[in-house]
Amino acid sequence: MSDLFRVEGLSKQFGGLAVSRDISLSLPEGERLALIGPNGAGKTTFVNLVTGQLKPSAGRVFLNGQDVTGLGAVQRVRRGLVRTFQVTRLFSEMTPEEHVTLTILQREGRANRVFARFRGDSAVGGEVEGILATLGLLDVARRRVGEIAYGQQRLLEIAIALALKPKVLLLDEPAAGVPSTDTPRIERALEQLPPSLAVLMIEHDMDLVFRFARRVVVLAAGEVIFQGLPAEVAADDRVREAYLGSYAHARRVA
Amino acid sequence: MQTLAQTQPVAMPQPKRAWWRDIVGVALIAAVGLAGYWLFPDNLALLTRVIAMALLALSIDLLVGYCGIATLGQAALFGAGAYAAGIACVNGITEPFTLVLIGAVAGSLAGLVMGVVMLRASHGLPQLVLSIAIVQLFHEAANKASAWTGGSDGLAGLSPAALFGVFEFDLWGRTAYLFGLGLLLTVFIVLKFVVRSPFGMLCRGIKEDPVRVGAMGAFVFPVLLKMFMISGSVAGIGGALAAISTQVVGLDSVSFELSANALVMLVLGGIGTLYGALVGTVIFMGFEHVVSSINPFHWMTLVGVLLIVMVLFAPRGLTGLMETYTGLKLGKRGGRA
Repeated sequence: MSDLFRVEGLSKQFGGLAVSRDISLSLPEGERLALIGPNGAGKTTFVNLVTGQLKPSAGRVFLNGQDVTGLGAVQRVRRGLVRTFQVTRLFSEMTPEEHVTLTILQREGRANRVFARFRGDSAVGGEVEGILATLGLLDVARRRVGEIAYGQQRLLEIAIALALKPKVLLLDEPAAGVPSTDTPRIERALEQLPPSLAVLMIEHDMDLVFRFARRVVVLAAGEVIFQGLPAEVAADDRVREAYLGSYAHARRVA
Repeated sequence: MQTLAQTQPVAMPQPKRAWWRDIVGVALIAAVGLAGYWLFPDNLALLTRVIAMALLALSIDLLVGYCGIATLGQAALFGAGAYAAGIACVNGITEPFTLVLIGAVAGSLAGLVMGVVMLRASHGLPQLVLSIAIVQLFHEAANKASAWTGGSDGLAGLSPAALFGVFEFDLWGRTAYLFGLGLLLTVFIVLKFVVRSPFGMLCRGIKEDPVRVGAMGAFVFPVLLKMFMISGSVAGIGGALAAISTQVVGLDSVSFELSANALVMLVLGGIGTLYGALVGTVIFMGFEHVVSSINPFHWMTLVGVLLIVMVLFAPRGLTGLMETYTGLKLGKRGGRA
């Protein structure tokens, strides 16, 4: 029995500096895992190692039981390992509809066609409309992305990811930079993710983590220092120390 | 709390049809082209040259305006088309459409070579330097292969057959001009479809953020290479037209100066609309023609002044200026062009 997604002993060194140390974790189908950790813990490096943007110094990445460590980022996406970005990476001149259409055409291997109409296929059009509706983006579907709210851009990041029909989804701080009034929309979007999808979310907003995650992994100084249930994480001594440093043991001043 | 359910009933607004705008645009190009034929019957050779340059500027727009690749070596592709058509012509293949096809294929292959080399560099300045190096190499190759190209004397003695077997390429350049105008219109219409195709959209995506395109699961390199080949075929058609119409091919058709001039024309007109390439070429070459006849010694200075004024006051080019003042969108800026 193999997990849908698994990393074993993943390490990365930049020169003499170890940014990721022997990270191992696995995600079964339908998992909702949150990866948290203080700034500089190596979360982004971890995402880049997993998605193939960086080559690990040691360790392996498995997708669907297959070793994908040697594959590039694009190949991993094509096998169902999809990510969103911490800072939105969108095409400001294009509309949400065009983003999702292009993504679906790409998924179907039709995005490279020169003599084809971009908007010609009604099946694609229907799917685009469905995805945008799920994320509540229909009303801005034909506005330039540069003109829509940041919260909507974050939702579009998720829409693009979903249009790829991923098996494993990495959400890199999906609520980062979103005004608190829009956070509920992101939360709703996360709740509506396909149940079978394995999701690994990196997030600072602990409210969101506790609501979303069934399991939490804490990273500090490039190492996994905690794996367990959300309810246990706050009580863990090492986690408290990682977040609070020596203050974790400070006594209250009378 | 605003939930998604509350926003769902809003229907997706219907797209505005942009086709009529392009039909009007193409009709305008045809009208201006024919007007030129009637108004300047003594300058048809110059006007044909304008069309060849417009094709070159269009080919640069495909790379600069739609893929974000800067190039100062596009004349390598133009020259490849010109020499291929010229060499074929002096060796007995004289049918004009066949020569244009040969030019397109040669330009496309040169584009493949150029793309493979330039795309080794990730972006910007290194690419620009490589493009200059490539055009200089092509120039030197054309110079050295004098048995084929005539070297610095140029390749002369082209005598293309009559168009459709009927219309001779006459001394006044009427046939060549109308042939060129037909080619330009055809290429322009095809390119309008290309830039709106899924492939064209993917290119625009790459221009803005190649990392995002990669995260969508698309390889960037083959897409850009394909655009290099399409761009090369357009430049090659321009080169073939120049060869057919002037009946000589010189080393200047593979020069850095030609590349730089064509890029300037494109920037003058505005990038990323295709229209800008045409407008810029016509204005630049018209200005050059008029000013150089008024003042043959300092005309380059005046062209320089014009460019500085443009860059300072209309950095998006003439089409950008027009868009600002008329609200008419010519290119892909509202997501619905």
